[in-house]
Amino acid sequence: MKEILIIMLSAVFVDNFVLSKFMGICPFLGVSKKLSSSLGMGAAVIFVMVCATCVTYPVYSLILEPNGLEYLNTVAFILIIALFVQLVEIMLKKVMPPLYNALGVYLPLITTNCAVLGVTLLNIDNGYTFVQSIANAFFAGVGFTLALILFSGVRSKLETADIPETFKGIPSTLIAASIVSLSFMAFSGLIK
Amino acid sequence: MSNFKEFSKGLIKENPNLVGLLGMCPTLAVTTQAVNGIGMGLATTFVLVGSNIVISLLRNVIPKTVKLPCYIVIIAGFVTLISFLLHGFIPSLYDALGTFLNLITVNCIILGRAEMFACKNKVIPSALDGLGMGLGFTLSLFLMGSVREILGSASWMGIKIPGMQPMSVFVMSAGGFFVLGCIIALVNKISGKKPPKKIGCAGCPNAENCASAKGGQE
Repeated sequence: MKEILIIMLSAVFVDNFVLSKFMGICPFLGVSKKLSSSLGMGAAVIFVMVCATCVTYPVYSLILEPNGLEYLNTVAFILIIALFVQLVEIMLKKVMPPLYNALGVYLPLITTNCAVLGVTLLNIDNGYTFVQSIANAFFAGVGFTLALILFSGVRSKLETADIPETFKGIPSTLIAASIVSLSFMAFSGLIK
Repeated sequence: MSNFKEFSKGLIKENPNLVGLLGMCPTLAVTTQAVNGIGMGLATTFVLVGSNIVISLLRNVIPKTVKLPCYIVIIAGFVTLISFLLHGFIPSLYDALGTFLNLITVNCIILGRAEMFACKNKVIPSALDGLGMGLGFTLSLFLMGSVREILGSASWMGIKIPGMQPMSVFVMSAGGFFVLGCIIALVNKISGKKPPKKIGCAGCPNAENCASAKGGQE
């Protein structure tokens, strides 16, 4: 239980995926304009991260590892994620249309979101057990969502701010991200 | 002559990183030192050239409906190859790049060039295009890495700069965002262009395939 708690604190605050590990910057900058789309993207990422971990972990420990094929993990994982995203899209469309309408738009984007591939690879690198891996995937997704939601608030203020011409758009967004990231540095002493 | 153009356009004019705003994650993550920036850039160049050549050779064989998974598998194959090579020959760089070496697979520059160029052009122009784009990416990573290393650890390429105080915030994550923001603003100022309003989806070359960029219609 204590380990799960540490994984939670670490994934959400200390080593936040977006703000300190720099994974998933593209959706972070692309989708964080509105609160509603941040929430949708975040929920889709949590969902796919947990599902992908449920599949990649057994594939690695039951198929790749016993056969000495550890080096194939990148190829295998990205294929699983690509397949999974497609599958989830089809299933959601059929089974839960309301959820599909809410998340569907963001699903294809997730294949090339490096946070998803990153979390599956990091679970293996860190030597987590199955339960720890799922906890890590879930809370990494929560951390991603938290960063997106916080940043969408910052950006809505930025829209109306008076910024020098050359800094308008992306440069000012990046500098705002730097300040948000600075505030997350306060958590860095939380876990030894 | 036209071949040279394919090569040179990626270096400055259509620099994938600073003008195209692609491949942000590695740009921010590995550029704490100039050397790491060069290493990451060259590894990406290798994958880019290799995958461009293979995809260009197979451009008439790969069916349209499954091209994205095919491209990803080809790219992932080259990524596995380069991670073996680095692990064997330059273990220090392998350790410094860490997970981001494997994450070259999902770098949108590579998928973007496959989609925009390699699947429509012959082998030699595709290889040159990959080389140019890769070197352009290397150049911008080197620039980022240099700025962050000089300001953040008061050294350059591992050589200490005498009489300078390091500002360690620049090697941390916040400094990465800040430096990149300033460099893009500078590029806009020099080129006299208005900065693009949006990042990611709309600027991404995969936007055509991506349902979300088109507002949900597949």
